[in-house]
Amino acid sequence: MTDVHPREVLIASIARLLDGVRHVAVGASSPIPAAGAMLLRALKKRAGAPPVRISILGSVEHNFFTNGSAELFDCAGQGRVDAFFLGGGQIDGQANINLVGIGDYPASAPRWPGSFGSAYLYFVVPRVILFREEHSPRVFVEKVDFISAPGTSEAGVHRTGGPVALLTGKALFSFDKSRPGFTLESLHPGHDLNEVREATGFAFRHADQPGQTELPDPATLVLLRGQIMDELSETYPEFANQMRREVCA
Amino acid sequence: MDLRGMASRVEAGMQLALPVDYAGVSMAMTRALIDHGAGDLDLFCVPTGGLQVDQLVGAGLVRSVETSAVSLGEAGGAPRFNQAVGEGRIALRDATCPAIHAGLMAAQKGNPFQPLRGIIGSDILRFRPDWRVIDNPFADGGDPIVLIPAVRPDIALFHAPMADRQGNVWIGRRRELAAMAYAAEQTLVTVERIVDENLLGSEMSAAGTLPALYVSEIAVAPRGAWPYGLWGEYPTDTAEILRYAKAARTAEGFAEYMAGLPGNRSRELAR
Repeated sequence: MTDVHPREVLIASIARLLDGVRHVAVGASSPIPAAGAMLLRALKKRAGAPPVRISILGSVEHNFFTNGSAELFDCAGQGRVDAFFLGGGQIDGQANINLVGIGDYPASAPRWPGSFGSAYLYFVVPRVILFREEHSPRVFVEKVDFISAPGTSEAGVHRTGGPVALLTGKALFSFDKSRPGFTLESLHPGHDLNEVREATGFAFRHADQPGQTELPDPATLVLLRGQIMDELSETYPEFANQMRREVCA
Repeated sequence: MDLRGMASRVEAGMQLALPVDYAGVSMAMTRALIDHGAGDLDLFCVPTGGLQVDQLVGAGLVRSVETSAVSLGEAGGAPRFNQAVGEGRIALRDATCPAIHAGLMAAQKGNPFQPLRGIIGSDILRFRPDWRVIDNPFADGGDPIVLIPAVRPDIALFHAPMADRQGNVWIGRRRELAAMAYAAEQTLVTVERIVDENLLGSEMSAAGTLPALYVSEIAVAPRGAWPYGLWGEYPTDTAEILRYAKAARTAEGFAEYMAGLPGNRSRELAR
C-alpha cells in the first residue's frame, strides 16, 4: 500500500463529514465530493446501515429526478436533501460565498459563472460543506466582493440550513454560526499552522497545536482505490484516471 | 418550417428563454439567429446559459442576460459573455436557479408572482429591484419572504429528439422545457426527426410529451444541439467546445470560428 494521496485525505474527510445523511446532492463538476459521498455509501452498505442516496446533478445514471432541473430545489425546500457542497471564487470569515466575480458589480473582472442555486440551497440544506481545494489568500478573504449567498441570516429569516464545515487542500475547519466564524479542526499531512494562517485572509480560532486530519485506514483505502474509483469513473473518467495514475506512481 | 423561417419569428427587443446546456439547446438555431440579425435581445437562461448565450453575445445581438450562471462547463468561463460583462456592454440580471424556475412557474399558473425562500441577505437580491420582500401574511408577524414576478418570455427556443406529425414534441423528463413553453408567448422547437406515430397515442410516450397546444413552430435539425449533446441521443463534443473556448478569447478569434462553422450542418426539412 502506497502513501495516502492528499486527495484521498480529502475524500475520506468528506465521507466523515457526511456521516448520518440519507440523501446528498453533488454538483456535476465535483469529483472529490462525489467520491466522498460514494465512499460513505459503500462504508454504510458494508456495515449494514441504512442506505445513502446520492444525486449527481447533470448525470443521467446517478440522478433520479424526473421533474427537470427545478426538482432538486423543490426537493431541498421540502427538507429532502440533507447535504450539499458549495465552493466559491471567494469565501470569507463569515462563510459568505462569492461565485459572481471580483470588483465592482456588475462590471466584475474577472466575471465568474454566477451564483447557480447557492442563494437558495445554502438556506435550506441542513449540512452544507464548503469545499475549495485551493487554499490561498485570494480565495479566503476578509470580506467577499459579492455575496452570492450569506453564511448566516438575521433572526426571523427562515433558514433550516447553512455551512457546517470548510474543507480545503490544507485543512479542515468547522463553522460556528453563533459567533459567526471558523475554527481550525485539523491540518492535513504536510501542512502547519503558520502556513495555513498565511494562506487565510480571515481570522479563525485554533488550538495552540492543532491535530492532524484523520487518515483513511487500510481497509478504507482498499475500498477507495478499487470500488470507489470504478464508480467514480462512470461520471468523472478524467479525474478517476488521474487519481489512479498518481496513486500508482 | 426551415431554420431561416423560424429565425424570422424573432424580432429585435424580444425576450428569449433558452435552456441549460444538458436539457436540449437548439444550437442549430444560434447560427440562424445570427444570420437573421434581430438584436437588442433579452436572454432568459433556464436556469443557466452556455455556448448559445456566449455566441449570441459575441455576435452583438444581446441587450441583457438574466441567468443563474453562464459558463462553458469543463471548457471554463464563457469568453464573449465575460468580456461584455467586464466592459459593461450588456445589462446583467443575476439570479439563482430556483428563482428562474419560480418566475416561469408564476407565468405558467397565470399568477403575478411566486414566493421563494432563501435569497435574503444576498447581493443578488440587492441588485434586483424587480424582486420584492414581504412578510408572510400567514405568519403571526415577521417571516420575510421574496416574491419573484412572473416571467413571460416572447419566445422559448429549444431542441428535442422528436416531434410527431400533429406537432407534439417529445421532451422526456426535461420538464424545464415544458415550463418554458407554458410561460412563453411562442415556442420554437428544433428536433432530430419527425415520427409517424402520434406521441399522445400511448400513455408511455404521452407522459413525456409537450402537446402541440404550446408549440408554435417545429424545424428538423439533425444533431441540432451540437456541439452540445442531446439526452438519449448523442454525447457532448467536448473537444469542439474546448476549440471554441480557445478561439473566442478574442473578438477576431470568435469571428473566425463562427465563419468556419459548417453552415449546411443541419439539413432543413419542411415540417
